[in-house]
Amino acid sequence: MNSLDIYSIDSLPDMSNNLMDWLVLMPEIFMLLATSTILMIGLFAGRKDELLTYILSLATLLVMIFLLVAANKYNDSILFDGMYVIDGLANFIKILVCITVIAVFVYARPYLLNRNFAKPEFYILGLFATLGMLIMASAQNFITIYLGLELLSLCLYALVAYVRDSNNASEAAIKYFVLGAIASGMLLYGMSIVYGITGTLNLSEISLYLANQNDVNIGLIFALTFIVIGVAFKFGAVPFHMWVPDVYQGAPTAVTLFIATAPKFAAFVMAIRLLSDGLQPLHIDWQQMLIILAVLSLIFGNVIAIAQTHIKRMLAYSTISHIGFVLLGLLSGESFGYASALFYTAVYVLMAAGTFAILLLLKNDSSNLYEDVDKLSDFKGLSQSHPWLAFLMLLLMFSMAGVPLTVGFYAKLYVLQSLVYNDFIWLAVLAVVMSIVGAFYYLRVIKYMYFDEIEDTLTSQNAPIATAVLSINGLLIVGLFIFPNYLLNYCVSVFG
Amino acid sequence: MITLTHFLALGAILFSLSIAGIFLNRKNVILLLMAIELMLLAVNMNFIAFSHYLDDLAGQVFVFFILTVAAAEAAIGLAILVVLYRNRSTINVQDLEELKG
Repeated sequence: MNSLDIYSIDSLPDMSNNLMDWLVLMPEIFMLLATSTILMIGLFAGRKDELLTYILSLATLLVMIFLLVAANKYNDSILFDGMYVIDGLANFIKILVCITVIAVFVYARPYLLNRNFAKPEFYILGLFATLGMLIMASAQNFITIYLGLELLSLCLYALVAYVRDSNNASEAAIKYFVLGAIASGMLLYGMSIVYGITGTLNLSEISLYLANQNDVNIGLIFALTFIVIGVAFKFGAVPFHMWVPDVYQGAPTAVTLFIATAPKFAAFVMAIRLLSDGLQPLHIDWQQMLIILAVLSLIFGNVIAIAQTHIKRMLAYSTISHIGFVLLGLLSGESFGYASALFYTAVYVLMAAGTFAILLLLKNDSSNLYEDVDKLSDFKGLSQSHPWLAFLMLLLMFSMAGVPLTVGFYAKLYVLQSLVYNDFIWLAVLAVVMSIVGAFYYLRVIKYMYFDEIEDTLTSQNAPIATAVLSINGLLIVGLFIFPNYLLNYCVSVFG
Repeated sequence: MITLTHFLALGAILFSLSIAGIFLNRKNVILLLMAIELMLLAVNMNFIAFSHYLDDLAGQVFVFFILTVAAAEAAIGLAILVVLYRNRSTINVQDLEELKG
């Protein structure tokens, strides 16, 4: 091959254009510089002084939200020869991610302080993971998707092992690492074959190439399978869900909260970029695969969750069933389906953040530092000892079950609506049946809290800020039921 | 004459070996890390072969990124392994069974 090609004049980048690209990239550049600075400050300020890191991290994320809202005017710009794209979807996801991470840090701090886990690393790894998610949201090329994904995943592996002396956390970390690395490998193998067939790494060029092909290439279906497996691993859909329960249970609850919330947005946007932006012409093929994943996730997630006695593990299986719903929205392959899936993801993250925050705010009298509030029976009689937290938990559980008066109802409704529009009546029926099965274990928590006698008294941490944010979070569940259109209109418009 | 098919077959064999290594190995976590590295190298083989035959440099650029990320990944994996060993005094795959249900 002629390697001298790259030095020819024509292919030199256009400098004036590039300067503009850097300007549009401001939010991410700011995030990188701020995080690196906080890393340095955290290093020199010493381990004791994590308050400074905490405040700076929150400030960085607040500035990020401001910058991202300001960046909305650059919508639909394509940067760096199609490596990176700023569109409505990317900006919306980025803003949601930043808000979620702020809530995660606020919820996590009282727990970390209480157990002497509070170190600057938690916030720094969290910020780098956030940067990875932001890159994934805008990625328009296999290279950028992969780099964003790895930046996110590597930070999450380290976060799970963050409490170094915990036996369970280190086991969860190695399991998460090995399975996550397999997922990346699968994804890459699929990408390499797509590259071989289409001759490009750029998603829109791949889509263009595939749209002009008439006959189905068997190699492409092979590659598509690997890519879908990679995406399913990151989502945690059955049969690629093995890591979810172990990681949720083994990781410190503050880290579980992180893993259960913001990365779901990243997985969603990665699925949209790969399947919709890049491989939309193969929609018929990936639809079949997503149907299998969604059906299995709904059935296994809901049924196995019933058997759990630990709430973190139960929530892990409930996550798997919610992922089934997200996949049901995605598989229709048209804009309302995507919008309903995005709405579902956003609502799920809201619910998961609230539920894990309640676990973080409660405290059992166990002397073991590494033992979190985890047993379902701990919740017996919570309404007597902590009426407000129990009430918020009630709202969240109703919402997860999809009971009206909570936004979880609309989330399920919109997904079912998109299924019915696309003539998947049997899938809609199955989803409703599995939701009813799921309602059992959500309502069981409510029964424990309101109708059983207190066994072990849980105490709660004195954390006014976290409680205030949690209250807003809980009330949003009802607020968004009354005004679902505020969120839904955004979700629809980004796929307009 | 070595054709593209030969390179792809080599890549596929390496990839299958690494998958087999991960799922058949019941002994040592270090072997898992080696299998993961092998998996990434199989992908690199694919990318380089395609890049050469397509006469397109993008694939080789991707390989550099994969190699870099693989190095970071190995560092994190080994760090987690050290933590695991300090807590458990074993890195036997079969002993990783405290979390289940």
